[in-house]
Amino acid sequence: MLTGNLLWVLIGAILLGVAAGLNGTFAFLQKQSLVGDAAAHAALPGIALAYLVFQQKDLPLLMLGAAITSALAVYMIQWIVGNSKLKADAAIGFVLSVFFGIGIVLITIVNQSGSGNQSGLNDFIFGKAATMAKSDLVWLSSSALLIILMCLLFFKEWKLMIFDPVFAKGIGLPVERLRVLLTALTVLTIVTGIQAVGVILMAAMLIIPAAAARFWSNHLGIILVTSALFGALSGALGTIISSFRTGLSTGPIIVLCAASLFLISYFFAPTRGFISKSLKKKTFKQRNVAKEATNHE
Amino acid sequence: MDALQVKKLSVAYEEKVVLKNVNLTIPVGHLTGIIGPNGAGKSTLIKAILNQLPNKTGTVHILERPLNPKDHTVGYVPQRNAVDWDFPTNALDVVLMGRYGHIGMIKKPSTKDKQIALNCLKDVGMEAYADRSIGQLSGGQQQRVFLARALAQEAEVYFMDEPFVGVDAATERTIIAILKDLKAKGKSVFVVHHDLQTASDYFDWMILLNQTITASGPTEQTFTEDNLQEAYGGKLFFMDQTKSNKSFN
Repeated sequence: MLTGNLLWVLIGAILLGVAAGLNGTFAFLQKQSLVGDAAAHAALPGIALAYLVFQQKDLPLLMLGAAITSALAVYMIQWIVGNSKLKADAAIGFVLSVFFGIGIVLITIVNQSGSGNQSGLNDFIFGKAATMAKSDLVWLSSSALLIILMCLLFFKEWKLMIFDPVFAKGIGLPVERLRVLLTALTVLTIVTGIQAVGVILMAAMLIIPAAAARFWSNHLGIILVTSALFGALSGALGTIISSFRTGLSTGPIIVLCAASLFLISYFFAPTRGFISKSLKKKTFKQRNVAKEATNHE
Repeated sequence: MDALQVKKLSVAYEEKVVLKNVNLTIPVGHLTGIIGPNGAGKSTLIKAILNQLPNKTGTVHILERPLNPKDHTVGYVPQRNAVDWDFPTNALDVVLMGRYGHIGMIKKPSTKDKQIALNCLKDVGMEAYADRSIGQLSGGQQQRVFLARALAQEAEVYFMDEPFVGVDAATERTIIAILKDLKAKGKSVFVVHHDLQTASDYFDWMILLNQTITASGPTEQTFTEDNLQEAYGGKLFFMDQTKSNKSFN
């Protein structure tokens, strides 16, 4: 229940939610959400490899391993798209499953080795926020803060780069470097969240809050704030609910919370929500019918 | 002073040559039309001049210097369909993007930048739509916003890719009035255009292009039947239209 440690876990989950909500919005607008999903799955072999090499479960080491294989996966997707006839969806599907498959094999090897049973690496698949140690949470929080800071700093540049890269290059923005920075930050977000949320569902933290926030506004600033709020709320709720019961993973609960927020947004958001749009269509029709009637009189 | 000087410019996409040995010298202060049939490489020429293409050879000088975005000498209006108009932003914000080069990385736009952007929106008759999200604008209004963004760049030389495509008559008149005003202020404007009917009214200088330069010079010298015949090859349908139009005038 709400012990001292859980408070720390909550703070970490909220910061992670905000970081993923902000970074995810940029990835979502760039139509790179699925690349994030592949990068998250590709973190698994990195975690297992780092454990096999260093034989310890220090979060920074595992994060480093995860970052390397994640980044490699993103690079491979880009390479395949650039150097073959394959389209992005096929490249993403291929890279995601191959990396994840290797990850599962490596995790099995770790689990069967002597020390492996206690390693708790299985928690990285679906996430277990409540059992995170305080030192791990410090890593998570500082990394999340760094992501938040970068998103605030490069808000204007990323906005233009995503909206109109040709114009951005024309006025002298280092478009390629900005793109790499955004991708690197997406990988960092994933790596930051893997222990709390798990590799399989981490991409949901990038995609769902951003997609839900899109219903609420046509203004990027407001969308970012809304997405950060949704991320924080899902992170916090997911952490609390999953801590009630031993054996309940955090990732799936976070996804369920985020999905609920998405459904609420989809139906009830003003201007872009389903109900508001249907109402508008209806009044428009009625007005036209009324106009027609007066025209006939 | 020359606004644009291009020497031995060639561009290839994969193995297909799109532009072949383009040489151009155009003095400042002209409103220049870049004319040619579909696939002639008009947009490619602009993108190559603006250093947006990897596979290019040759040299480009703008105002007698190699292109350097940090000089803020070049303004650009891309084709309207080059961006996603569902992007969450409003008209004023897009115009403000024209100031980003002046503002610099990371820094925020100042009140002065916002004022300039607002004035540019006013110049294109769109001040009432400043807060409107761009997805809710008509095609003509979107094109005006793009033009306003280029104006906000406060450049010396402007490149515009098909600004008259898919816009209403009022927008076309607004745009051409602004282009003529830019020319009157001594700026140089290059416009990709495919409508031969209006070309000679709009532009005082012409580049006729079909992978290579067919003609370049003042409109009265270049916009001739022979040159058009050469640029458009066998596509006589266009030719007949322009001819009959001319005889009407």
